[in-house]
Amino acid sequence: MTSGVDLSRPQQQTVGSDEDVVRVRQMVRTVAVAARLSLVDQTKVVTAASELARNTLVYGGGGTVEVTAVDNGRKPGIRIVFADSGPGIADVDLALTDGYTTGGGLGLGLSGARRLVDEFDILTAPGQGTRVTITKWSR
Amino acid sequence: MTLSADQSGRLSYLLTSRGEQITQRWTEVVAGQLRGRLSRAELVRQVQELHRALVDALGKGGGDLAAEEAAELRAVLAELSQGQARQGFSATETATGVFALKDALLGVLETDQTSETLRDYVAFSALVDQMGLFTFESYVRTRESLIADQAEQLLELSTPVVKLWEGVVAVPLVGTLDSARAQVVMERLLQTLVDTGSPYAIIDITGVPAVDTQVAQHILKTVVAARLMGADCIISGIRPQIAQTIVALGIEFGDIATKASLADALRHVLRLSGVEASRRQPRREA
Amino acid sequence: MDRVPILKIGDILLVSIQVDMSDQTAVALQEDLAERIVATGCHGVIIDITALDIVDSFVGRMLSTIASISRVLDAETVVVGMRPAVAITLVELGLSLNGIRTALNVERGMELVAAGRGYDDYDEFDDGPDPAPTASP
Ligand SMILES: Nc1ncnc2c1ncn2[C@@H]1O[C@H](COP(=O)(O)OP(=O)(O)OP(=O)(O)O)[C@@H](O)[C@H]1O
Ligand SMILES: [Mg+2]
Repeated sequence: MTSGVDLSRPQQQTVGSDEDVVRVRQMVRTVAVAARLSLVDQTKVVTAASELARNTLVYGGGGTVEVTAVDNGRKPGIRIVFADSGPGIADVDLALTDGYTTGGGLGLGLSGARRLVDEFDILTAPGQGTRVTITKWSR
Repeated sequence: MTLSADQSGRLSYLLTSRGEQITQRWTEVVAGQLRGRLSRAELVRQVQELHRALVDALGKGGGDLAAEEAAELRAVLAELSQGQARQGFSATETATGVFALKDALLGVLETDQTSETLRDYVAFSALVDQMGLFTFESYVRTRESLIADQAEQLLELSTPVVKLWEGVVAVPLVGTLDSARAQVVMERLLQTLVDTGSPYAIIDITGVPAVDTQVAQHILKTVVAARLMGADCIISGIRPQIAQTIVALGIEFGDIATKASLADALRHVLRLSGVEASRRQPRREA
Repeated sequence: MDRVPILKIGDILLVSIQVDMSDQTAVALQEDLAERIVATGCHGVIIDITALDIVDSFVGRMLSTIASISRVLDAETVVVGMRPAVAITLVELGLSLNGIRTALNVERGMELVAAGRGYDDYDEFDDGPDPAPTASP
């Protein structure tokens, strides 16, 4: 991370390689620290971001990640949007089931990420790409 | 609530042309309230800053506190109330610092009363009320976060994690365990395992009157997390009622070791580590 | 791409992961380790993850795979140094790291490897409980 980055502005990262996934993790960590998340909560949101960014890369064929420091008036937090214009997901409930995978993974990425954050939102349709938004608030 | 452009202009004019008189009266009213708990110089500085920010906002056409043009004013108000909340002023004292402006405005309006000035005064008052409420709210928010911080500190003090024996740490839980406290305790327990290099932890719940599903889940997750780290947990002091709750809630304690008392648990651990130690010896000569 | 170094200490291969690994780096480590186990004839592998500030499903799967591969190659793997925050997160993620032995630090990991070997030799004479913690759900 370069110093002097204005963390109040959304930060973007394209996801086109697995090194980009590493960059996403680092970006999320920086903003999570600035949003005063506890160490455990930082770890949870970075892990969730790693899972979702990898899905963007592997299933979405690449895309973008946007990380924003947010504030709901009572506490600070971090919001991350993962967007791709890949094949989309036909059955979201199924994809969110522990152990469901079409790629020989553990099938824990989506479902696990949902457990690790406070808000989880997924917008997808076959042929329409996938957009996952997660938020974690400082406790 | 919003001032018309004319009203904004008139208020701005009033605040500027009679600035000295207004800030002086304003300062006096507040000083009377605070009775020397804030230095005169500091008070004057605060009043002048608010005065400047208000004139500024009105000048830009911000006749409403929620307006974009009033962002700076809101920031000044928020900073003022945060400072006072931290210094231990009451909410009323903090808000009075803003409401006193009404008094000061009345003082300069009184000299030439027409029906228009009366209407203006009502409108100006409404704006000051907005400012007062905003101050009040940010005061409360600051207090809330201060209280939350203190509660967390207390939480940490009230849950000692102790090293019981070489390689064995224990956390005696006492009192009602809510989810937040359970979480803090468990994080500290795991950290102590690392810091002391202890492969065994005893979670003693003799002093816990009741557990709910969430708390039982926290304990369970901690045991699993400890295993991932390479440590084993033993739960001791489960009372009959808690055992019943655990079964009734359908929570699986699975293969987690449970013992009646802390002493039993320690004996169990020492036996285990003794076995481990003897296994570590070269056994060929045995 | 970074490569994670593998050290040989006596009969043990020590891997200390110091970087935030890309998936490629993780896969390369898996392959390198299998080769080194065969080349050195070592019977123990210790993977030190003290420096890792997260373990996600990919790295978790890699650790499981390494443990399985080394078992096939007659070596015991112990993962050491997992941080509390990482462990708490893994539990929430739902990853159980089945079949992986774990220890708090390198020293304890070495003891575990040694104990495991010692007791394998005497397996038939020993039917006591296994005191070594293994990660299971
Ligand atoms: N961005 C995406 N675009 C299209 N399909 C997706 C996307 N993300 C997830 N999926 C689908 O949902 C399934 C479940 O995803 P999940 O991340 O839970 O598991 P996985 O990636 O297969 O395995 P793991 O993440 O545990 O290694 C995937 O196998 C894939 O079919
Ligand atoms: Mg995945």
